[in-house]
Amino acid sequence: MSDAAPAITQAERDDLRRNGILLTSLEELYNWGRSHSVWPLNFGLACCAIEMIAASMARYDIARFGSEVFRPSPRQADLLIVSGTVTKKMAPQVVRLWNQMPEPKYCIAMGACAISGGPFKQGYNVLKGIDRFIPVDIYIPGCPPRPEALLHGLVQLQAKISGQPLTGPDAPRHLRTDIECDCPVPEFGAHDLEPPQNPAVWTPPPAVVRPDKA
Amino acid sequence: MSVSDLTPLSAPGGSTVRAVHDEFHGDLLEVSMGPHHPSTHGVFRMIVTLDGETIVKLKPVFGYLHRNHEKLGENTTYLASMPYTDRLDYLNSMTNNWAYAVAVEKLAGLAVPERAEYVRVILAELTRLLNHSCLAGFLMQDCGCSGTPLMYAFREREKILDLFESLSGSRMMCNYQRFGGCRVDPSADWLAGAQRLTDGYGAFLDEFEALLTGNEILMARTQGVGRLSSALAISAGVTGPALRATGVAHDLRKVDGYGVYPRFDFRVPLGDHGDTYDRYMIRILEMRESLKILSQALAGLPGGPIMDPKAKLRGFRPKAGEAYGRIEGPKGEIGFYLISDGSANPYRYRVRPPSFINLTILEDMCLGRTVADAVIILGSVDIVLGEVDR
Repeated sequence: MSDAAPAITQAERDDLRRNGILLTSLEELYNWGRSHSVWPLNFGLACCAIEMIAASMARYDIARFGSEVFRPSPRQADLLIVSGTVTKKMAPQVVRLWNQMPEPKYCIAMGACAISGGPFKQGYNVLKGIDRFIPVDIYIPGCPPRPEALLHGLVQLQAKISGQPLTGPDAPRHLRTDIECDCPVPEFGAHDLEPPQNPAVWTPPPAVVRPDKA
Repeated sequence: MSVSDLTPLSAPGGSTVRAVHDEFHGDLLEVSMGPHHPSTHGVFRMIVTLDGETIVKLKPVFGYLHRNHEKLGENTTYLASMPYTDRLDYLNSMTNNWAYAVAVEKLAGLAVPERAEYVRVILAELTRLLNHSCLAGFLMQDCGCSGTPLMYAFREREKILDLFESLSGSRMMCNYQRFGGCRVDPSADWLAGAQRLTDGYGAFLDEFEALLTGNEILMARTQGVGRLSSALAISAGVTGPALRATGVAHDLRKVDGYGVYPRFDFRVPLGDHGDTYDRYMIRILEMRESLKILSQALAGLPGGPIMDPKAKLRGFRPKAGEAYGRIEGPKGEIGFYLISDGSANPYRYRVRPPSFINLTILEDMCLGRTVADAVIILGSVDIVLGEVDR
């Protein structure tokens, strides 16, 4: 496992592989399998969804990375791509979809709106980042990001999955019993979403006070 | 208890399907479709009430993508609103830009050089090709034909987006039009590329039509489905291909004759039945007419400046007044209504969104049909939620 020091070096393993002997660990095999068949949820929110569709079409061909199976049901999906503006009316549904997805699950915030509210941040009805409610693994900036950027984000996610140890404090959520996996679903209250954020994944940054005003 | 007395299926965490009893219809089923549903073209939601499998009531629920465009428009300068128009109907940023530019030019009394008018026509017709191809692909997806037509459509879309990108720097959000002209002058290489695309597009349409137009399954699924009468379409304010599919000859390119459209020889295709198949066919025929306009515009493109030299970009403050500018977008009449109080921001910024107004007759088209039909009727209306909810 991860804390055990590797008994042989990578060069020795490569040498063995050339002679037809494949050495691996359970962790590598497990992560290799799940990082190369990440099924995204077929869920489009706004403009970025069009680029997400474009990424799955002939020119960009997300199938090369094992993610062409867009599942309409959250029960069958591994990856939530938040592709577009999340409004305050839509945020509860996004969080509910996230809760309905089975672990192991990952989230990509695609585009400026999903990351921070983007160009609509000044508005009264737009959530200032989906990471206030659900844990986000990969952020892809852009308005909208190009399909290549989405593919790059996916490759980054695969690298992240491949590097996850199966035990210890860095283990993925589904292998741990000490953390809460469900996110509270916000409700549209009198003025804003209640609660306005999920403290388990996001806390407001400390207010910056200029030294001369302190 | 009648259906209308029920509270909608909107309670948080509530069920999406429930049985209701109606004194007239008997036992009914209420189904909430969306906002997460693969066929609703974004985050549209409709609550359909079913008698068996027949729709007896359809209630659309909007607002899941309300991004307060109009309020933001009041607080940004005229030019800074241009990128926001890209994100209204995010498939057709070029026509949105043009409609907004027309409104501001009317408000400020700016003239547009002839070359810019030609370039605008070229870009608008390319946008029309892009939108209609994608629509046909998505419609087939809704019919259950998963993949192929949409992939063909997106293959062509990428070619058009390559042109947009090399001209404006962005694939989807072009932000290209300016008040009194266009931002960049297209190079000779770019125009040659547009000519190549125009020459090759007919072959794609032939291929697409060979797959679809005479297809028995498509005809069985769409002919006679979602009929819209021309009287209802007119009274509901429906515009664009959905109106012309009912047989009403109303195309702003002919009616208003804005820009340099009167110089081009093209026809306005009309439908006869107003059903889903007609709405599909209108789009295919319009693409062929767009190709005609494109070749004429590319051949007749005059030289000269692309921007009115007197146009002022920085510190732009039109005099007080109001103006409504409209053009024929791929989805219908896209218009912007602006009230100026003489300051740098519009006092009121109002969008006339074609797909929102075309969506108002959805229930009339769906009554008496099945849920599967409602999906393709919605697909044929051609909505983009960024514009519906704004």
